[in-house]
Amino acid sequence: MPAKRPARPRRRPPTRKKRTVRTNLTAYGFLCAALFCFALFAWWPMIRQIIMSFQETNLVDEPKWVGLDNFRTVVEDPAFGQAWKNTFVFSGLALLCGYLIPFTVAIVLNELRHARAYLRFVVYLPVMLPPIVSVLLFKWFYDPGPGLFNAVLDGVGLPTLQWLDSTDTALISLVIVSTWMNMGAGVLIYLAALQNIPGELYEAAELDGAGIFKRIWNVTIPQTRLILLLMLMLQIVATMQVFIEPYMLTEGGPENATVTVAYLMYQYAFRFGGNYGAGSALGVMLMIVLLVVAAVQLRLTRDEKR
Amino acid sequence: MAETAHTVRTTERPDAVEQTRKVTPPPAHRRRKRRRAAWADGHTRTVVSPLELKSRWGTRIYWAVLAGVLTVFTLVFLFPLYWMATSAMKSSDEIAQVPPTLWPENPDFSVFTDAWELFDIGTLLKNTLFYAIGAWLFALAVDVTAAYALSKLRPLFGNVILGAMLATLMIPPIVVMIPAYITATDVPIFGWHLLNSPWAIWFPVAANGFNIFLLKRFFDSIPDEILEAAEIDGVPPWRVLVSIILPISRPILGVVSIFTIVMVFKDFLWPLLVLPDSEKMTISVGLSQTAGAVPQNQVMAGLVIASIPMIIVFFFFQRSIMAGLTAGSLKG
Repeated sequence: MPAKRPARPRRRPPTRKKRTVRTNLTAYGFLCAALFCFALFAWWPMIRQIIMSFQETNLVDEPKWVGLDNFRTVVEDPAFGQAWKNTFVFSGLALLCGYLIPFTVAIVLNELRHARAYLRFVVYLPVMLPPIVSVLLFKWFYDPGPGLFNAVLDGVGLPTLQWLDSTDTALISLVIVSTWMNMGAGVLIYLAALQNIPGELYEAAELDGAGIFKRIWNVTIPQTRLILLLMLMLQIVATMQVFIEPYMLTEGGPENATVTVAYLMYQYAFRFGGNYGAGSALGVMLMIVLLVVAAVQLRLTRDEKR
Repeated sequence: MAETAHTVRTTERPDAVEQTRKVTPPPAHRRRKRRRAAWADGHTRTVVSPLELKSRWGTRIYWAVLAGVLTVFTLVFLFPLYWMATSAMKSSDEIAQVPPTLWPENPDFSVFTDAWELFDIGTLLKNTLFYAIGAWLFALAVDVTAAYALSKLRPLFGNVILGAMLATLMIPPIVVMIPAYITATDVPIFGWHLLNSPWAIWFPVAANGFNIFLLKRFFDSIPDEILEAAEIDGVPPWRVLVSIILPISRPILGVVSIFTIVMVFKDFLWPLLVLPDSEKMTISVGLSQTAGAVPQNQVMAGLVIASIPMIIVFFFFQRSIMAGLTAGSLKG
């Protein structure tokens, strides 16, 4: 039906004008520095990761093709299963702490009418600190002797813990540090999303007799769904690259209880005699997992936007 | 008659005078601040309705929650920093004491100068500042020109390039650390050896898809008509960028600048790999390498010194930082 067809936007044709060779050349002139940086330190490493995973590289001799040997080495390593398990448990715990808590905190903060600037400042402060500061600070808190946490536990009459030195508590200790130093970003992002919800929706829900929790369930959560999904993916991607916490606090121990995939990669390549091939093989696996996460995320947001 | 009665009554009650004073409009700068605050706080209507909030139990619960949140936030987020600063000032005997003391018996400030020398913090801070400022200038130059080309000059395959740049956001740099490290030791084609060179930091920082995305989205919102007018007048593209686009884009340039500087300051693994020389290390890496061999109070003093630059940056650029945080994610 031609009558119903909307008028075609008139802006596009004039701007697309003569794409002459010259404009293209200037454009690529402007782009060349970025293309150089991306090619060297973003695109080429991704391709090279795949190539290296099938090679034996030692930086001196020409790389040798070894087929699937690297993958075999990696899979047969007893730390392999443990590293993936730790990474997923870490992700799960970090989602619980780093996802639910910030969202709840943001909902509460959004209700408060006082001291908002202070609260926002304080919650984001740890995010600004260099991670090394947070990590070394918590290492001191976790100290089983004069550390603060055991002093507090002792003070309220609870049994003290070994924190980083025990296989039971080491991983959760890392999750606590990681949540402490990253949570502020999530809180502020959720807070901004909450402020974009039109107040009329709450009024309407209230007129329909919805209580406070029903309003959260039926208005707040549907209205912030897209950002919740996005943050879910960001969170998973972030926990897949946990490195500084095991590196500084536990070195993967005790008994591999805190080895993460990123840390294992580092160990192969830079600690145990430069096994770059094995590290790359592990890196390829991590890339595949992240691509799957990204694909799921894209599918979900596309369904959501429709 | 009524007028005089009114004035007499208010002067009799000083507290009422106080209240009427409060209503008078505040000075201009204050008013602006309040308007800003209202804007930042957005809608007044949230989950809890004003009516519920004003009810007797509503106010009670509200104040209880406010007090609770204030206490918990201060304890959770500020107290660790207090502990860090006070631990630094304790003597080595006192810091090992069980249970720990809440306030150092003889606060000793000389520990900060000791730690400064021990960790060689002067060199570390100077290095980090150099990397951060260089990365900022380099990344801004590279990313602004690229975003301008993609947004306004629109070359052939521009969308493919943009897509490839954004795709790198899915794979965080840490995943490709091994091939990236090997690339840095021997750059293909050029044969450069970048270890211990600041370019090992600057090149990867400029390859930031997120910056390009933010800049391009901002440039897209600048109407093409302005540029066409300039083009008809025969102004070359780089002048258009410098004289027209950049002055309009100040807010987004601020956001990207802060992001880049903070990122370089906070980064750990990459500088650990590519700057192994202790004369070239960043502050984070330097602290991590020496921390194991140093008494606890000096470690804490080092941490205090290392956090001060970032806290200062946060104080001054809080608004840009928070604006960038939400702008990037809400539409991403």
